[in-house]
Amino acid sequence: MELLFSLVTGVLSASGIYLLLRGRTFSIIVGLVLLSYAVNLFLFSTGGLHTHSAAVIGESAIPADPLPQALVLTAIVIGFAMTAFIVILAIRTRAELGNDHVDGKQGEEGDTR
Amino acid sequence: MSLLWIPLLTLAGTLVPLFTASRGRVICTTATIIAPLAALSIVLSHLPTLLSGEVVTQHWNWMPLLGLDLALRLDGLTLLFALLILGIGSQIITYAGYYLASDEKDGRFFSFMMLFMTAMLGIVMADNLLLMWLFWELTSVASFLLIGFWGHLSDARRGARMALTVTGAGGLALLAGILLIGNEVGSFAMSDVLVAGDQLRAAPHYPLIMALVLLGAFTKSAQFPFHFWLPHAMAAPTPVSAYLHSATMVKAGIFLLARLHPALGDTSLWAVSLTLAGLATLVYGAWFALLERDLKGILAFSTVSHLGLIVLLLGLDTPLSIVAALFHILNHALFKATLFMSVGIIDHETGTRDIRRLGGLWSLMPITGTLTLMAGAAMAGFPPFNGFLSKEMLLTKALATELFGGLGSIIPLLVLLGATLSVAYSLRLVHGVFFAKSIDNSPAEQVLHPHDPPKGMYLPGLVLAFLCLLVGLLPMTLAAPLINSASLAVQGVNNPVFTFALWHGLNLPLMMSITAIAGGALLLREHKRLGLLANILPSQNAKVVFEKLITRIVKAALWVTLRLENGSLQRYQALLLLSALAMTALGLSNVSSLTGSAGIQPIDGLVILGAAVMMLGAIGSALAHRWRLVSLLMLSVVGLTVSLTFIRFSAPDLALTQLSVEVASMILMILALFFLPQRPPLWVSSRRIMRDVLLAGSLGLIIASLNYALLTREVASISDFFLAESVPGGGGTNVVNVILVDFRGFDTLGEITVLTLAGLATYKLLNRLRLFKPSGNVEGIRWSRHRYPLILDVVAQIILPIALLVSFYIFLRGHNQPGGGFIAGLITAIALLLQYIARGYEWTSQRLKVSFPFISVLGLAIAVSTGLGSWLFGYPFLTSSFGYFDIPLIGKIELATAMLFDLGVYLAVVGATLMILVNLGSVTTAHRPTLQTTEQSASKEGSK
Repeated sequence: MELLFSLVTGVLSASGIYLLLRGRTFSIIVGLVLLSYAVNLFLFSTGGLHTHSAAVIGESAIPADPLPQALVLTAIVIGFAMTAFIVILAIRTRAELGNDHVDGKQGEEGDTR
Repeated sequence: MSLLWIPLLTLAGTLVPLFTASRGRVICTTATIIAPLAALSIVLSHLPTLLSGEVVTQHWNWMPLLGLDLALRLDGLTLLFALLILGIGSQIITYAGYYLASDEKDGRFFSFMMLFMTAMLGIVMADNLLLMWLFWELTSVASFLLIGFWGHLSDARRGARMALTVTGAGGLALLAGILLIGNEVGSFAMSDVLVAGDQLRAAPHYPLIMALVLLGAFTKSAQFPFHFWLPHAMAAPTPVSAYLHSATMVKAGIFLLARLHPALGDTSLWAVSLTLAGLATLVYGAWFALLERDLKGILAFSTVSHLGLIVLLLGLDTPLSIVAALFHILNHALFKATLFMSVGIIDHETGTRDIRRLGGLWSLMPITGTLTLMAGAAMAGFPPFNGFLSKEMLLTKALATELFGGLGSIIPLLVLLGATLSVAYSLRLVHGVFFAKSIDNSPAEQVLHPHDPPKGMYLPGLVLAFLCLLVGLLPMTLAAPLINSASLAVQGVNNPVFTFALWHGLNLPLMMSITAIAGGALLLREHKRLGLLANILPSQNAKVVFEKLITRIVKAALWVTLRLENGSLQRYQALLLLSALAMTALGLSNVSSLTGSAGIQPIDGLVILGAAVMMLGAIGSALAHRWRLVSLLMLSVVGLTVSLTFIRFSAPDLALTQLSVEVASMILMILALFFLPQRPPLWVSSRRIMRDVLLAGSLGLIIASLNYALLTREVASISDFFLAESVPGGGGTNVVNVILVDFRGFDTLGEITVLTLAGLATYKLLNRLRLFKPSGNVEGIRWSRHRYPLILDVVAQIILPIALLVSFYIFLRGHNQPGGGFIAGLITAIALLLQYIARGYEWTSQRLKVSFPFISVLGLAIAVSTGLGSWLFGYPFLTSSFGYFDIPLIGKIELATAMLFDLGVYLAVVGATLMILVNLGSVTTAHRPTLQTTEQSASKEGSK
């Protein structure tokens, strides 16, 4: 189980990083979201992987570690704020510069519009 | 009176000239001088205590963890310097009031002077090495501003830059030395460092520490080979030179040597380094002073030479030579400040500082002539002036030294050479300006009719010149107590008993003095031949060498910068990731075994399926990145599976949050696709792809290994506290929610602030957006005519009340069951968003007339005021309270202030989410291509 879980975080972050290294804004956004999934899973897993033990008093005999959960919950929401911001930033950049390359210029990849 | 007032007064004094500058020169000068005089009187009020050898210290904690304290001390050494800084400083401010032209920015000038004065006081008063260093750097900055005061002259700019570069670089070396000292001693407090001399001298790093400290001192005090900045600093207005390059700034290095003498001195390494540097500087400076034609240049090189003399005296390192060094600090400051001021007067009156064009001014300017003569005699070391006394002491000490063993006689010989040259250039200065005939008599001089300046301009110089004479005549009364207490501060128990006297009998030093005077006179007569000799000797213009060096450094820096920073974000990311990879790999290689001691749980089929879906989705979205929509859909698969993962591993709150955020961000990103290019970008080179795959793959491997190592180890958690206190302390059974709104409420407050700010920022970014307006897809097919599908419309309307009810329920139960403000807020936002999607922006906003920024800010305000409310009851910010209430018909329910806080969270989330998404959506509506506006109005009609 542990091996599989860490494999997932590894693959998610590798894909995210690969996308981060692309030259178009949208790939970067997707990459960042993927990377944030991976980071959230990683952070969440620091509390250990428990089954049927939600951190609600009285519901489960041995409640899971609630602290990483609280941290990740805020991380998810902040991640949304960040995604929203860069999405709008990407749109604005496209509108101002006429292309969606991260350097704001026609890269070697060419541009269609 | 608190010691802090001394630097505070001068610091406040930096503002005074700025406010009084408009009132005219006289008022500005008078007002400026008040602060130094007041500070001087505070120093003088401590005089009796200090002369008796006591030390006054005051101490405030500043950053105790860094060892940086606001600690001030006043001892004999500080007293000597403080008197010079404040006493000569106030004389020079008076002088500058007359020196500066009427249209000059005097407010700024005086303000810089006061800033410099504050910095110097800080150096000499600091009782903490780091604090001292701070002021040390401040003097570099202030002197940069002062030297470059006439910024329209390129010489001034160059001189200022050179001084800043050299002294700034030295300052960095000094910082390194100080850090090493602090590391060795365990404290930066002066009192600790000064008594740790034995420990420091025995330390393995001692040579390095000493070299770094000396580098700082030598650059500041213009010791060979770092002397070259000082002559170029003469581009400054003359009052600046008189202040910075006679009494203060260049003495800072010497102060440092004296101050740290108990900690670092008394080793042969120290003595040899100082002696060699001092000797070289002494002779070198004196030789060039003799050749110089510019009056200020003569003084600059002579200052270099005299600084060398002081360093040499400190290097001889006997109790009496240190006394002589301290004495010469005082003497040099007195006569050099006078000379600079009189050179300023001559420049002012004749319009030139070239000694070849000057001459015969004695009859025209008798007062200026008198004070120049007096100070010049002191500089040459003629009796009965103060310079004679310290020079005799130097000659005595040079004869007595045993430093170089058999080669020891070289020291007195070189000192004699220096003294002879010193007599020669002093004579040349006085003779050339006042008595000799001008070699090149320009007509301009006849027009100007030079005469003695107004009183205010020559009085400061005259005061100092008479002090030179008085100290020479009455050394035991005027100077000895001061020097004694300064020496006591430097040498402690080794402090010798000494007497200053003009007449020591007919001895060897006196003979040498007479030889020097005779030799100096001879050199002056043969000055023309000296010039020929100088032409034969190789000479390098320091400025050219320095500028070349700087150009080379700039070029090298540019080269490196262009390599690293080529304007490509991808390059930066790759570099950053590469260094992250290197560092984590290094850390991971120190772990002995990846698998930890905790057991491994078995795998079940469902988990394998989920993992496979996530990995395939992630890889798929990376592979399909050129087709944006496909990539996005793959991403959403991963996101949904992540929320399932949270459910599987007992985190229902996370699952709910992830699920609702997923919906909101997918809507957002699909909207964004409308504005981004539709065609896939071209392929890039396979080399680039290989590089990125390799980089991403290895980082992924590292992250997976880290995660695995972490998961298989027992981790001690601080969560037991939260689990135990959740019900009794927070009044809720859902620990995650209680942490969010209660234990860590402050974090949550910060987070919803960020959320609101992000919303407001996007609001701003979308303002006046010029958009590309695709009227159809890539193939040229127009967008669908049915913009608002009927089924979606109907479903959305049915769902809205249910969704609102659900979100209300989730909000209410959040404290005890999975749920809470975040999740409820997202559900509400999505339910409302669905209306916008189904019926369009105009239709919905006509019916939902609320301002989302307002809701978001309102939520923030509720959260903050809930926190502030606890202040009313005398509790810290965000303290929560709760109670159980019996309400008729409903029964017993629990109400907590945390719930009010959660309401704030709810509103902030709803407001921010809708602010972002609805705004983006509204932009698409406003910018619809004109072709479709008819449809739009038609559909609007239809919907009514």
